[in-house]
Amino acid sequence: MPPLNRCLPALRRIRLANATFERSIARQTPRLPALPAYALLPQRRWQHAATASASQETSNEDEAGQPTPSKQIKYTSDSYPDLKRDSRFKQLDEADVKHFKEILGSSGSLIDGVTQDAQDDLEGYNADWMRKYRGQARLVLKPTTKEQVSGIMKYCNEKMIAVNPQGGNTGLVGGSVPVFDEVVINLGKMNKIRSFDEVSGVLVADAGVILEEADSYLAERGYIFPLDLGAKGTCQLGGNVATNAGGLRFLRYGSLHGNVLGVEAVLPDGRIFNDLFTLPKNNTGFDLKQLFIGAEGTIGIITGISVHCPQRSPAVNVAYFGLDSYEKTQQAFREAKKKLGEILSAFEMMDGAAQKLYAKANGAKLPLEGEYPFYCLVETSGSNGEHDEAKLNDFLEHVMGEEIVADGVVAQDETQVQSLWACREGISESSQHFGGVYKYDLSIPLPELYDLVPATRQRMEDEGLLDAEDDAKPVMDVVGYGHMGDQNLHLNVVMRRYDKKVEAALEPWVYEWVRERQGSISAEHGLGLAKRNYVGYSRDEEMIKLMRQIKQLYDPNGIMNPYKYVSGG
Amino acid sequence: MSKLRILVPVKRVIDYAVKPRVNKAQTAVEKNNVKHSMNPFDELSIEEAVRLREAKKPVEDILAFSAGPAKCQDTLRTAMAMGCDRALHVVEEKQELEPLGVAKLLQKVVEDEKRNLVILGKQSIDDDANQTGQMLAGLLNWPQATQASKVEIDESDNVTVTREVDGGVETLRAKLPMIITTDLRLNEPRYASLPNIMKAKKKPLEKKSLKDYGLDVENRLKTVKVQEPPPRQGGGKVEDVDGMIAKLKELGAL
Repeated sequence: MPPLNRCLPALRRIRLANATFERSIARQTPRLPALPAYALLPQRRWQHAATASASQETSNEDEAGQPTPSKQIKYTSDSYPDLKRDSRFKQLDEADVKHFKEILGSSGSLIDGVTQDAQDDLEGYNADWMRKYRGQARLVLKPTTKEQVSGIMKYCNEKMIAVNPQGGNTGLVGGSVPVFDEVVINLGKMNKIRSFDEVSGVLVADAGVILEEADSYLAERGYIFPLDLGAKGTCQLGGNVATNAGGLRFLRYGSLHGNVLGVEAVLPDGRIFNDLFTLPKNNTGFDLKQLFIGAEGTIGIITGISVHCPQRSPAVNVAYFGLDSYEKTQQAFREAKKKLGEILSAFEMMDGAAQKLYAKANGAKLPLEGEYPFYCLVETSGSNGEHDEAKLNDFLEHVMGEEIVADGVVAQDETQVQSLWACREGISESSQHFGGVYKYDLSIPLPELYDLVPATRQRMEDEGLLDAEDDAKPVMDVVGYGHMGDQNLHLNVVMRRYDKKVEAALEPWVYEWVRERQGSISAEHGLGLAKRNYVGYSRDEEMIKLMRQIKQLYDPNGIMNPYKYVSGG
Repeated sequence: MSKLRILVPVKRVIDYAVKPRVNKAQTAVEKNNVKHSMNPFDELSIEEAVRLREAKKPVEDILAFSAGPAKCQDTLRTAMAMGCDRALHVVEEKQELEPLGVAKLLQKVVEDEKRNLVILGKQSIDDDANQTGQMLAGLLNWPQATQASKVEIDESDNVTVTREVDGGVETLRAKLPMIITTDLRLNEPRYASLPNIMKAKKKPLEKKSLKDYGLDVENRLKTVKVQEPPPRQGGGKVEDVDGMIAKLKELGAL
């Protein structure tokens, strides 16, 4: 059987949860008990998905069933007062609900907040997981077939009802939740794997299949899904493709634009876009499916995909380093490419603050004894364990000998592989553990990649917004980490609470900083609502005009995921 | 206080995170092309031995020991990377040793190497026998403390071991020499650091065979059949509260 790589994260979570639980009891720090009990559990979101893996809509319902936090999330319409509901869109009435019920029949399901009170049930579909955005949808539809989706869209297009397609709702830019009263079309019930070819490695699946489930399915057959990311236990394939997610395997397997061979989608007028091609080559005209990859549900709803999946590597090694400077980190990356060549499958960078934050939020111990300003995680995967080990040893000896890395550890077993990955994957959750987070996901040329983090910290200090200890200041810390191999930095401003002053100090300052360096203001998270007004920092006017023409062509009524993406000013 | 000469036996087992599969012939667990690592309880033994040294106890040396195929040397290198000083490998390619065979072998090693403290994992996660430490104590006629969650050694060679028992803890005291087996709460094993992995390559690893010890370790047990546990029955879903009540009645729960 193939080694399970990272497809058994449940164990790690149990360990982490146990450790946190025990620690939180052992030493009652003044801050922790103030938080609601569920906040102590690290990665609680994934945990839900892991425990409720029987079917994916349970994971969604779990979200709805989570203990309601003491502080309500502000409505998006309140936090963005410049956004006005488009009056062209129809307000839902009883007749609409009746019609949708007919379309869905007995197989699909719907949460009706139009004719009755369903506030609690709707909450999980209205609120995003960062607790930053909250829509006011009163109707959630969960179709089970593309025909149902088609029927829904046709009706919505005729009646001018705005819709918000939704997958696992793990997006980071507010693209997956409604802004006003758009109808949520949740793909969670379309969760079947349609076919898998064991020779070519082509997987055809419904859009609502959870990424981790797809990957486990493939693992049993010796294959791997070419995408992996922290939210894998909840996010869905359709959403991954719609947002062109990048993630941890990008360095090795490349973008979804290359791996996705076919897309099946429903257009806003109900037509079915059927391009579920399963062969790698197809040079016959415009490659229209590419438009849906990364369109964030603005020109159609993806209902199925075909993906080319690579062979799973049986031998996986993970090393974790401490380094003295960012220059050394770059050197280590260069050496990794040189010495590890084709077996290098991930090169992740974390700064010291990010690792301290992870340790603090999870009550975890870091793998290295000393403290370093930078940490790297290097993963190799290949087909021959001994061959890989020889290469890795050569690399390790070299970087230690040349004093490129100051200290490091190598995972000796699968459990350690998972704990080391947790140090990287757990940062995102940890950064919002203390109240909130402003996240920026940026492409920046490698030599300057990290400069933004100290610059941001300086700016927060200059504005008097940051203090590590003083609870009166909204910002607790500024941390940087990311996919070094992909020149992709995640800048997280760790908040005690959301504060408009911080946002004003960050935006558009961060975007200007990135534009000056010819970077991208959104490397893999997309635009959604958060970045709709900032596209111009990465694309010129002509490009944006062309994008809007495409939107106009596919969705003339503008009912698909409105107010977001390229609709901004 | 006498110098501590510690023996830490380690076993190479299927990785803790890998789900074992029974082979087609139902005679054993499939071991080919499966990731192997050090038995997690043995990691605790090494960690405890190394911590004794770090706590400035007079540790003369820590010897890691393993018996089995050539691959065990990887495990021994890991043990040395974690802090053992040297390693002894009894190469045995064909036969899988049983707890009694291992205990007899360890008895010889203890005598040969003049050990006065043996720290073992309480059990290996593949056989779950939980016997080797106890058998070794019997063969040597030494005191034993199994399933240790805390170990203290004082100036006059008194070893105080706290062990977890149902509903509480039990504290035992005995004088060296002694056998201790480790349990999960004893410590948190360290990662093998890069410099230590490098150093471990240069540490001595001695190879011997069963013959060198003139031992008869013939297996006494025969595995009749190995079977997977019956698959867990999936749960069912009900539409609403009425459906649930009906289901519970059907099952006789109401």
